[in-house]
Amino acid sequence: MTAEALIALGLLGITAPAVPGIAVKTKSFLTGRRGPPVLQLYADLAKLIRKGRVYSRTTTPIFRAGPVIALASLIVAALFLPLDGREAPARFAGDLVAFAGLLALARFALVLAGLDTGSSFEGLGASREVTIASFAEPTMFLCFVALVLAAGDLSLSGMFGAPLAAAWPHAGASLSLVGVSLFVLLLAENSRVPVDDPATHLELTMIHEVIVLDHGGPDLALILYGGALKLTLFGVLVVSVLVPRAGLSGLAALALLFAGLGVVALAVGVVESVMARVRLVRVPQLLVGAAALALVATILQLR
Amino acid sequence: MRDAAQIVLLLVVLSDLAILGTSRLSSCIRGLAAQGFLLGLLPVLIAPQLSVHAVSLALGTVIVKAVALPWFLSWAIREAAVRREIEPIVGFIASQLLGALAVALAFAIASRLPLPALQQPLLVPVSLATLIIGFIVLTTRRKALVQVVGYLILENGIYLFGLTQTESVPFLLELGVLLDIFVGVFIMGIVVFHINREFDSLDATRLTELSD
Repeated sequence: MTAEALIALGLLGITAPAVPGIAVKTKSFLTGRRGPPVLQLYADLAKLIRKGRVYSRTTTPIFRAGPVIALASLIVAALFLPLDGREAPARFAGDLVAFAGLLALARFALVLAGLDTGSSFEGLGASREVTIASFAEPTMFLCFVALVLAAGDLSLSGMFGAPLAAAWPHAGASLSLVGVSLFVLLLAENSRVPVDDPATHLELTMIHEVIVLDHGGPDLALILYGGALKLTLFGVLVVSVLVPRAGLSGLAALALLFAGLGVVALAVGVVESVMARVRLVRVPQLLVGAAALALVATILQLR
Repeated sequence: MRDAAQIVLLLVVLSDLAILGTSRLSSCIRGLAAQGFLLGLLPVLIAPQLSVHAVSLALGTVIVKAVALPWFLSWAIREAAVRREIEPIVGFIASQLLGALAVALAFAIASRLPLPALQQPLLVPVSLATLIIGFIVLTTRRKALVQVVGYLILENGIYLFGLTQTESVPFLLELGVLLDIFVGVFIMGIVVFHINREFDSLDATRLTELSD
């Protein structure tokens, strides 16, 4: 574990709330509105942190633990990502399973906290979130299988590091398929437009937002920051697959990563302005399509 | 050129999967047109050097497969006023998974075929995958027009397989095949139109009842 990698991780943590901001700004610009400032989420977080906590008498400690566990597992998951394109702060063979598991743990904690309120709205949201996750996780593992086959390494540091850069010339087609599949996954996992609309606040149509309806104050701040961090983590996955940065010096690689994250956020904003969200029954089909892409990528690697 | 051909072949597979996953007839036909255009690019990209043969084959393919046939099929859906496939025999998710399986199967079969070494190794598996997916569309959809689309995908697979032999097949023969398909689809379109006028539906399962 090097100090450099930890500083990179800190930078990522600080910039994370700006990523959804860029997406919202792009959407506002393309639909002819001014929109909130890019750094709006920082202001929201500062406001929420200063508020008091209100808990319903029907909730148990699970409700209070949910946001903390969710954010903590996302931060630990971030430790496995090689931000400079070479070496992550932590790595071991098979840490890709730990990464997926930690993301699942974050979701599980929030879903439990939502169910703990006893409100039927939260129950609805929880069932939708988990349904979508059950389609998203196999897709993610298929993407990882294709990457493992390309890089010949079972750790995320290897998959997104130098071996991946070496694999690009002869496996470019397969890797770009993985990139597209991961982008669809990013949209689904972070409740962005074709799957869920982060702008809507009508309980019946929401998926992710509805689970956290009863959280407020510092708890909501943790959840909002966790959401931004999760979007950023998936952005790092997409950028790392499409733009291997192993050959660059640490600083250039980081600069390229943040530029890439900006482009991913722009792409999310563009998708949100040109597409309507699909009906809930069609969401699994979208994710199965992404899984089919990842499967084709895997087959190309096996050839 | 070799990498470009590889990417085009991958896009052909993706258009197959897209056609399997869509419920709207118009996007089905758009997918078919895109596939036809990609197939038109291939003879130029695969040919060792730019020849009149390759360019004219590409032009003929684009005109027939990417312009004429999709235009004619869109005319048919406009005339018959059908918009979407509502109940395929196999659902859209299941058929997309079947399509992914077909791609896997095609790659497995292609690696076992005793073929001479080709300069474009993806050509045979992609042609087999397109063939199988054409069969899937042909057999699992109820609307007669989508079945025509399935037939055309099947034919695209055969065309791809034929591309391995572009150097040895006379040009006139290829144009003749393209013309045959065009006439075939023309007749199918007219038949579809008449089915619709007689039965008020394009559901092919209703065509089992006999009447005079």
